[in-house]
Amino acid sequence: MTILYAGLLLGALGIIFGGVLTFASKKFHVEVDERVGKVRECLGGANCGACGYPGCDGFAAAVVKGEAPINGCAPAGEKGVKAIAAIMGQEVATSEKMVARVLCQGENGIAKERYAYDGYQSCATAAGLAGGPKDCRFACLGLGDCMDKCAFGAISMKDGIAHVDPEKCTACGACVKACPRSVLKLLPLSSNVIVRCRNSDVARVARAVCMDACIGCGRCKKECQYEAITVEGGFARINPDKCTRCGACAAVCPCKCITID
Amino acid sequence: MQKKTFRRGIHPLHSAHEGKTSTRNLEIRDYVSDTVIISMAMNIGAPAKPVVKKGDQVLVGQVIGEAQGFMSVPVHASVSGEVLAVEQIPSLGAGPQMAVTIKNDFADNWVELHPLGSVEHVDPAKVIPAIQAAGITGMGGASFPTHVKLTFGNGKTCDTIIVNGAECETHLTADYRLMLENSTRIVDGLRAVMRALNVNNGVIAIEDNKMEAVAAMQKAVQGREGVRVQVMRTKYPQGGEKQLIEAITGRQVPSGGLPIDVHAVVLNVGTCAAIADAVIDGKPLISRITTVTGAVRKPANLRLRIGTITEDIIGECGGYAETPGKIFFGGAMTGMCLPNDQMPIFKSTNGIVVFNEKESKSKDESPCIHCGRCVAACPIGLNPYQIKVAADKSDFEAAKKLHVMDCILCGSCAYMCPSRRWLTPSFKFAKDHIAAEAKAKQAAAKGGEQK
Repeated sequence: MTILYAGLLLGALGIIFGGVLTFASKKFHVEVDERVGKVRECLGGANCGACGYPGCDGFAAAVVKGEAPINGCAPAGEKGVKAIAAIMGQEVATSEKMVARVLCQGENGIAKERYAYDGYQSCATAAGLAGGPKDCRFACLGLGDCMDKCAFGAISMKDGIAHVDPEKCTACGACVKACPRSVLKLLPLSSNVIVRCRNSDVARVARAVCMDACIGCGRCKKECQYEAITVEGGFARINPDKCTRCGACAAVCPCKCITID
Repeated sequence: MQKKTFRRGIHPLHSAHEGKTSTRNLEIRDYVSDTVIISMAMNIGAPAKPVVKKGDQVLVGQVIGEAQGFMSVPVHASVSGEVLAVEQIPSLGAGPQMAVTIKNDFADNWVELHPLGSVEHVDPAKVIPAIQAAGITGMGGASFPTHVKLTFGNGKTCDTIIVNGAECETHLTADYRLMLENSTRIVDGLRAVMRALNVNNGVIAIEDNKMEAVAAMQKAVQGREGVRVQVMRTKYPQGGEKQLIEAITGRQVPSGGLPIDVHAVVLNVGTCAAIADAVIDGKPLISRITTVTGAVRKPANLRLRIGTITEDIIGECGGYAETPGKIFFGGAMTGMCLPNDQMPIFKSTNGIVVFNEKESKSKDESPCIHCGRCVAACPIGLNPYQIKVAADKSDFEAAKKLHVMDCILCGSCAYMCPSRRWLTPSFKFAKDHIAAEAKAKQAAAKGGEQK
């Protein structure tokens, strides 16, 4: 008999609380724009914060209010932006997909080691100890501050430098902010001819610290028929808008620091 | 006499006499090297600006780097001779630093000095400018400009000056030897500061593992007004500024505050001796006492010119006894690791400790077992194991709430940890990050105002 009483009591309590909750949900109902939920579904969903709003929910609400640009979520990608545009009834100019590139090839054995670092595994800490464990003051330190910050698992460490998987990268920019050496840069995915060095020291110093350093010799600039290359501050840069991806520069580079992905 | 101390703390290398046995009975020797490389960034704050160029002839004590603003001190030539180079060299921190290389002609020609006379008769208003002109920074390791420490805003008062002779760091005996061999100079320096700040209470704090130094200092303070010697219990970090103040005055420096907030100023014994040199002889800070110990053939206490290169110093000490693994500036607890032995010594280099390869191997971390030994050790009263979790996750807001900014990076928690967790390095990581963020915010605010 006792089990019956207990069952009846709990059942009754359930019905009473159910009634109270139903009443409360009707009485205190808050009008939410249904578009917020829809927009939320189109986003990257990693709460990476790259948009500047508190998480994906914050960004979705801001988009619906008209405060945030509809293409403000980098991880959502082109598809996501189009879906949001459809929900919001807006037109959006499709922008090119960006991707984070590692502008350093200073792998272990190529970039000269200044000292053996076995301290706290963080690039920021290592960079603060006598200028970092690699002789080059622009080199990727390979301790993975960017990898820790990447919410999409796009970055891996191999042979002492970072590698970005362009498939997984959503160009949220978290790694660019995390890198104490500014080795990572967001570049258009299609611009696959990249100068993988940012050493602005004079050629003699740059070459002494890394086999693959850009020495700013300007041969790539001479070779380029489209005036896409400038040599400023000791290293070459390629303008992705002018570059036709012909690869002539990479063929003549004496330091092999221009690569074609 | 009652021995005083602070709460918590540890006893590093207690069974090995704090690693001090090999140098504690060695008298201070002079060593002058062939070439010196004098860094322009030897103090916390703005680095000095070099005012000599390649090929110049300089005299000992000549200003070769001018102070840039209030939070900066000038740099003086530590030897006479020809300037070989003015160039950037790697620093112990992040970026490069400017340095002046001087070839020693061993003539030891001094510039003209302007002594102020006896410390008991000097004009008190002239003492602090003389300290800045002499380029004196804290010589215990932190290299904070001394004149800044002694200049405080309106409404703040000082009633106690503590001279830090605790030397709680392992391996180091430089301060101990200075107290034995030059005790009068230390008291002179203290008296000069006491007169400059109009303070009548000077305490010289010495740990009880240095009773010979206590005896020497007690003899030196006889007949001097308002100065006494206080024996401290041997415990690390007894020589921490906040710990000394707590032990001697019973007052706690508030979180984020400075010693002057509790009306105290702490000076290292080396700093006091340098102040005496600056006031009595008018000599700038050009040399310091450094303990060289560890895996070297002949450990020593050396009086070195600022800028002497580590390799030369090790050579003077008979070279490496074993293959070196790590070389530190400072003791084993708080020392800074060097990238190579080409680094010149700074005004704050109180010791050079060489570890062999076996000693310098870092051990792997194990998971935290929540034993609480780090909490029992922390002299500040923080919860290191919790801060470590926050710092490793890069959750700096949480680390800030756990008062990571009050951490003095003494390493007591990491020393005690049975799981060998890397506590102190992760706190340094969090502190550096938070400080950099605050600086960026400040710069942004300033930029906004200008617009």
